[in-house]
Amino acid sequence: MTRIAIIDYGMGNIHSVQKALESLGAETIVTARPEDIKKSQKLVLPGVGAFDDAVAELKKQGLFDALIDEIKNKKIFLGICLGMQLLFKKSQEAVKANGLGILDGEVKRFDKKMNIKVPHMGWNQLKKVAGRRSQVAGECPLLKGIPDGAYVYFCHSYYPEPKNKDMICATTNYGGDFAAVVWQGNVYGTQFHPEKSQEIGLRILKNFICL
Amino acid sequence: MLAKRIIPCLDIKEGRVVKGIKFLGLRDAGSPVEVAKIYDKQGADELVFLDITASYENRKTLIDLVEDIATNIYMPFTVGGGIRDIQDIRDLLNAGADKISINTAAVKYPELINQASSKFGSQCIVVAIDAKSVQSTEYRVQSEKPRTNQWQVYINGGRTPTELEAVNWAKEAARLGAGEILLTSMDYDGTKDGYDLALTKAVSEAVNIPVIASGGAGSLEHFYQVLVNARADAALAASIFHYAEYSLKEVKEFLRDKGVAIRL
Repeated sequence: MTRIAIIDYGMGNIHSVQKALESLGAETIVTARPEDIKKSQKLVLPGVGAFDDAVAELKKQGLFDALIDEIKNKKIFLGICLGMQLLFKKSQEAVKANGLGILDGEVKRFDKKMNIKVPHMGWNQLKKVAGRRSQVAGECPLLKGIPDGAYVYFCHSYYPEPKNKDMICATTNYGGDFAAVVWQGNVYGTQFHPEKSQEIGLRILKNFICL
Repeated sequence: MLAKRIIPCLDIKEGRVVKGIKFLGLRDAGSPVEVAKIYDKQGADELVFLDITASYENRKTLIDLVEDIATNIYMPFTVGGGIRDIQDIRDLLNAGADKISINTAAVKYPELINQASSKFGSQCIVVAIDAKSVQSTEYRVQSEKPRTNQWQVYINGGRTPTELEAVNWAKEAARLGAGEILLTSMDYDGTKDGYDLALTKAVSEAVNIPVIASGGAGSLEHFYQVLVNARADAALAASIFHYAEYSLKEVKEFLRDKGVAIRL
């Protein structure tokens, strides 16, 4: 059976992700050990908190390079919230640290000049992006069965801005459209929290399990 | 579009819900987990749990409870009551809470807001403010002119007045890194006369972080007023939902029909 490793690097709410996946029938392991990550078939990197701290924790526990290796070895990966942002190399939140650098682009802060409140907190809508060029035809498998305009739960002050717009599968509007779901090969990321998004979120996680 | 949130609040004492709850078909009205599950099914946007005993002995009970809630619901929830330090916050986040609400400790040690938000991120640090209106003759912030729209901050569950003025304190809390303000009007709480619109509007316009209005919900129109006229980002209510005077669905449909962005 496929085993999903949920990476526990001390950056918050791991259990919600685990129990959501398990309620959907997945076999999971919560771990900070590189060898467990190597042995699992899929990886989930959750996380809330600060970018620099997260990078420092990943490095301290020997997970930083292990994750890069596994992702490059085509292991299916889902980054949630900060876990998604860590896929990018640069973040405006980071004072010194670089992220994993798997995806090309930058993580930016919501601009208060946009006349919005920061953090972006609460339920907002997904706008599915049609007609992406670089991927195989059809919609992102993570969003299968998710209606356009579905509400999901966000809680963040920074958002990813991928260089290659083709990786954006869904956007959300908050002071402007930002990337809410990204997908590139074996790598998926959601800026929102599927594990906190009631039925819609569970459907997205089910799609991940079925990948 | 970002939806306005409707948030039921549960007061917890020694691991049980204390305000009476009269749901139909609820076997154990005192179990926070059972109530949480029902609100989850009804489409609550979030839940808030306030531990009103908040004594040292009850910490373990609260942590067990938070774990239990976290395994049973799939939506964000906030826990508050008696939070004193970073360790309390860490314990509750580790148990599965999404956000932690700090009240008295934030007033006594404002640095805690700063430390907690840099450690765990602003998005999980809520500063709760209990505010009561004051007559301009009785109370005045240093150099400011007396005005009628002024509110004094209380701590220790509303028992102890402080020197702080609510709007200024909200601004300071935001500056220190709070991710959200949970604003309770002591004048309106429990009255069902509606939210304190002047207070909510003053705070909501003064800060650049979301504001949850609390205290006074008694009718559908009250939700509309506080979310639209007073510009709150979320409306919290307890008894109106507990006693099933209105269901979450009724409140949300009413708001949607009046053109408010609502998740249904």
